[in-house]
Amino acid sequence: MNDPVDVLIIGAGASGAAVAWSLAETRMHILCLEQGGWMNPAEYPSTGRDWEAKFYGEWATSPNVRGRPEDYPINDDNSPIKVVNYNAVGGSTVMYTAHWPRLHPSDFKVRTLDGVADDWPIDYDALTPFFEENDRIMGTSGLSGDPLSPLTHPPMPQQPMGLSGAIIGKAMNKLGWHWWPSDTTVATTDYEGRARCINLGHCTPACAQGAKSSTDITYWPQAIRAGVELRTHCRVREITTDDNGMASGVVYYDKDGVEQFQAAHVVIIACNGVGTPRLLLNSASGRFPNGLANSSGLVGKNLMFHPYAQIYGYVKEPTDSNRAPPTCLWSKEWYDTDLSRGFVRGYGVQFVRGAGPVFEAVVSEQKGILPWGADHHRVFRKLNGHRIGFSAICEDLPEEHNQVTLDPILKDSHGIPAPKINYTISENSQKMMDHALARGREVLETAGATDICINSPIPWGGWHLLGTARMGTDPERSVVNEWGRTHDVKNLFIVDGSIFVTSGGVNPTSTIQALALYIADQMKQRLANLFD
Amino acid sequence: MTDQLILTPRQRQDLRTIAALIIPPSEEYRVPGADDEVIQADILATLGRDAGPVATALDHLARLAGMPLADLDAAARDGVVKQFRESGGGPAATLVRVVLQCYYRDERVLRSLGIEMRPPFPKGHVLPEGDWALLDPVRARGGTLRRAPS
Repeated sequence: MNDPVDVLIIGAGASGAAVAWSLAETRMHILCLEQGGWMNPAEYPSTGRDWEAKFYGEWATSPNVRGRPEDYPINDDNSPIKVVNYNAVGGSTVMYTAHWPRLHPSDFKVRTLDGVADDWPIDYDALTPFFEENDRIMGTSGLSGDPLSPLTHPPMPQQPMGLSGAIIGKAMNKLGWHWWPSDTTVATTDYEGRARCINLGHCTPACAQGAKSSTDITYWPQAIRAGVELRTHCRVREITTDDNGMASGVVYYDKDGVEQFQAAHVVIIACNGVGTPRLLLNSASGRFPNGLANSSGLVGKNLMFHPYAQIYGYVKEPTDSNRAPPTCLWSKEWYDTDLSRGFVRGYGVQFVRGAGPVFEAVVSEQKGILPWGADHHRVFRKLNGHRIGFSAICEDLPEEHNQVTLDPILKDSHGIPAPKINYTISENSQKMMDHALARGREVLETAGATDICINSPIPWGGWHLLGTARMGTDPERSVVNEWGRTHDVKNLFIVDGSIFVTSGGVNPTSTIQALALYIADQMKQRLANLFD
Repeated sequence: MTDQLILTPRQRQDLRTIAALIIPPSEEYRVPGADDEVIQADILATLGRDAGPVATALDHLARLAGMPLADLDAAARDGVVKQFRESGGGPAATLVRVVLQCYYRDERVLRSLGIEMRPPFPKGHVLPEGDWALLDPVRARGGTLRRAPS
């Protein structure tokens, strides 16, 4: 029998780490259960010559392909966009591009401004101090002063422009369109124990140098030093409740596969927009027959992915290829609503530096632009090291039919029902994607690119898992209140991307972590009457 | 499992043949074909989780060819390869990817491409800083951040 804890956090990724770190100062007994383990940078792909081959196997972005013991399967057959994630201490911050935009102030008032979806119950200003605090701890690099982005103050200078950035910047200038060096969580100087980036290459699947920020090397060491307990290889099956309808703890499987019960006074879920609804639905009971905290019926609904419209081509000049982090610049030219474009809301753009030789060969062969036979060598030399790309992150609006449910058959290695995704791309999103591809083609052609190829949507592009336990003041239209507490269970909180009301057109991790810090701050302010 | 047990001799023979059809040797670029002994050995030694789909692809290829692929005349072989690419599905894609990923890490091939044969870590790469004056037109245009009513 485990001793009860004051606070139990489920998941040690982006949001779980942030909330653990913030709550540590309360000196409460805080325990985090994480289904994965600690990562070993000595085993990261960039330490071996077969670094690109690993992306197709044990370092694949899809848990279904990767199939590590820490992963759980996801039935995403009914979705054109497949879920990608990572399960370990650090979660998907171990495997992400480190691109670091924030939601814009306007993203919190979508209903008011554009008459669609819903407003958030909080605004940008409420999160501002937590964005700043999070940027300091994660360690961001960038250039202040972007006229079309929220004002940020990255503590480190931006990444070098490189060869690709100059080609893209010149093309954008010719077209008169906005571009700016991206804020990233790649350290460009030595920073609080992390070494600076030395351009190991495509660092999405983890950074052996430790330059790319992930919460296993930022928040967690500090949280553990402050007294938080982190138990790895522990997979939570369900959250239990008592006779008063309060969360009483969790049932989980420990590293040896033994079923355990852990009692807790407060439970915080930080399992992302797929894992969180899966856990709530798997926690159905006599008192909560439709799943825990689901009196609204909205648990699992309103899944938002950010459909990516990607277009790329090949220029005559050499590009950065795999010799740098994958993204370097962004554009907010088409971020805000302009109804003359034929759709509401908008998209951010991240520009892509290039690809490594194996990836270039494999993808180009699949696209039909790299032939078999005698001409293979000539064409490969034209393509390899000459790619630039344009990826639009399209704002997905919430739609209840896009949802996470439990698969009736598929189970994980512990026999826990797996999540099933039902998702379609809306007409509005499709128009946005088509618009982005047309603009991207203009950029590429202005840069002199040929052999233009399209991935729309990027099929393995379900990085951003949002909206499936949305925030709001109305218990009939939302799952958690304006400070992250579930309406139905007064000692149960959610701090991950599932509480997003709308998705914006940017990578969400910065905003997810700011939200987690904001909720932790709200909890600390209300400790005396947290359950009222 | 040793590499000899992963694929049958016939499968390995067809793998070598189709690899050469994907990437033949080139005197111009001073590179071997993908049927080169060293590259084939790398493929067999590192098949791992891809062994199943690659074997499936090679079995499909064998059915289409009806005999060792190398024994077909050029026209018949081209026809079989065309069918294989059209009908091979995921296993055929895996086979092609395995050939490409081993070819494009071979020392002779990388040398021909001007790529150093080493893992990215710990040496990394040097990236030119670039001319940030390119941002001057963006600054000059300015712009405003859409605000929300409070």
